[in-house]
Amino acid sequence: MKASATTEAQESLRLSDILARHETELLSQWIDEQMSASTLRRDLMKESELREQSEQFLSLLRQATRSENLKDTTRPEWEGVREFLIDLSGSRAAQGFTPSETATFIFSLRAPLTELLQRADAPPASVRAATVLLDKLGLFTFEGYQKSREAVISRQQQEMLELSTPVVRLFEGIVALPLIGTLDSARTQVVMENLLERIVETGAEIAIIDITGVPTVDTLVAQHLLKAVAAARLMGADCIISGIRPQIAQTIIHLGVDLQNVTTKANLADALRLALQKLGLTVGRKSEK
Amino acid sequence: MPANESKELPLRTDDDIVRMRQAVRSIAIETGLSLVDQTKLVTAASELGRNTRIYGGGGSVKIEKVDNGIRRGVRLTFEDHGTGIPNVELALKDGYTTGGGLGLGLGGSKRLCNEFEIDSRPGEGTRVMIARWKP
Ligand SMILES: Nc1ncnc2c1ncn2[C@@H]1O[C@H](COP(=O)(O)OP(=O)(O)OP(=O)(O)O)[C@@H](O)[C@H]1O
Ligand SMILES: [Mg+2]
Repeated sequence: MKASATTEAQESLRLSDILARHETELLSQWIDEQMSASTLRRDLMKESELREQSEQFLSLLRQATRSENLKDTTRPEWEGVREFLIDLSGSRAAQGFTPSETATFIFSLRAPLTELLQRADAPPASVRAATVLLDKLGLFTFEGYQKSREAVISRQQQEMLELSTPVVRLFEGIVALPLIGTLDSARTQVVMENLLERIVETGAEIAIIDITGVPTVDTLVAQHLLKAVAAARLMGADCIISGIRPQIAQTIIHLGVDLQNVTTKANLADALRLALQKLGLTVGRKSEK
Repeated sequence: MPANESKELPLRTDDDIVRMRQAVRSIAIETGLSLVDQTKLVTAASELGRNTRIYGGGGSVKIEKVDNGIRRGVRLTFEDHGTGIPNVELALKDGYTTGGGLGLGLGGSKRLCNEFEIDSRPGEGTRVMIARWKP
């Protein structure tokens, strides 16, 4: 136990020492490696930016290796390196790099670092420790990339939903809410609240909820729709649900959702016609005379 | 995804459920299910996925493309290690809910699929398997 701890500390210090002594040389070889990699994206990144990031990473790596711990990169002394890699993978994900293009940053350091260690007569154990370390950091970058992609996607979904739920005034007394996209718990709630607010604001008598753009109507969506209809009714507005496509209609029946007490129409045009009729309005072609 | 292969997805967040629905839909399309059958399968998946997440405390779904030489279809297995369902027969009844829902999810997904199997043990968790075959 003791022996291996000592060796680890030695490897770590040796690595730190070599990094310090050969920093310029290593940096230029590493940049060459990155510039010649098939995954290089000249369209997305300038060489100067790459150089700056590489320089910064090497200096953080040198500091971390001075901690005499190479194995456990979750420890506080590796925080600087970890934060840097999270930032890097996040910004590259946002710039449009693929995961492998992003991870190449770390993996391309392997060859020049290994060569450098061998030239410096480092024992095989040191070389191995260094490559294991780089693999670990490479995977960490990969994961960071994935996490930030997920965050981007979930933000986009959120934005999509906000964008896609306007409440439109169709006619005096008639508002329409064309629902587009995925509806689920939190989001459906927001959409329905928005509808009710607009009913109050506009004093609408009829609200048309169009679900043509909703891919899945399950019990949760149905329950939200039914609640919105009931709440609108309390505020003196009648709801019409339009855009129930045939496959959705069949599915709703099998689910057992009861839409008996809700007015439904196949499409928005039919719903508008019914709404106008309810308000005692007629729309017709001007008779030609 | 080639026939008889499977993939597993987590069901821990709302976004997981959205992703799961998208994955189920694309496999239903690959399998050649009709639009109505795709919609039925995706809707059943949505119900069971949400039960897994809410009542099961999160879990996973295995999505399988099945081809037994005679029929092709999609099989989904939802699994969680939550509280389990003390009375499955009751839970399957329309209108029964302990979470303020419509109480239609379980019974509804049974009606939406060709096969439905549920195995739930109080204190251990719940597994629900459904399959929809191409006629
Ligand atoms: N995976 C599960 N683990 C534990 N309990 C469950 C699970 N799935 C369902 N249940 C129980 O069975 C009940 C009925 O489920 P079901 O899906 O039919 O209705 P619901 O989820 O309450 O409402 P709805 O699905 O209509 O929105 C639930 O309220 C819950 O008590
Ligand atoms: Mg349910």
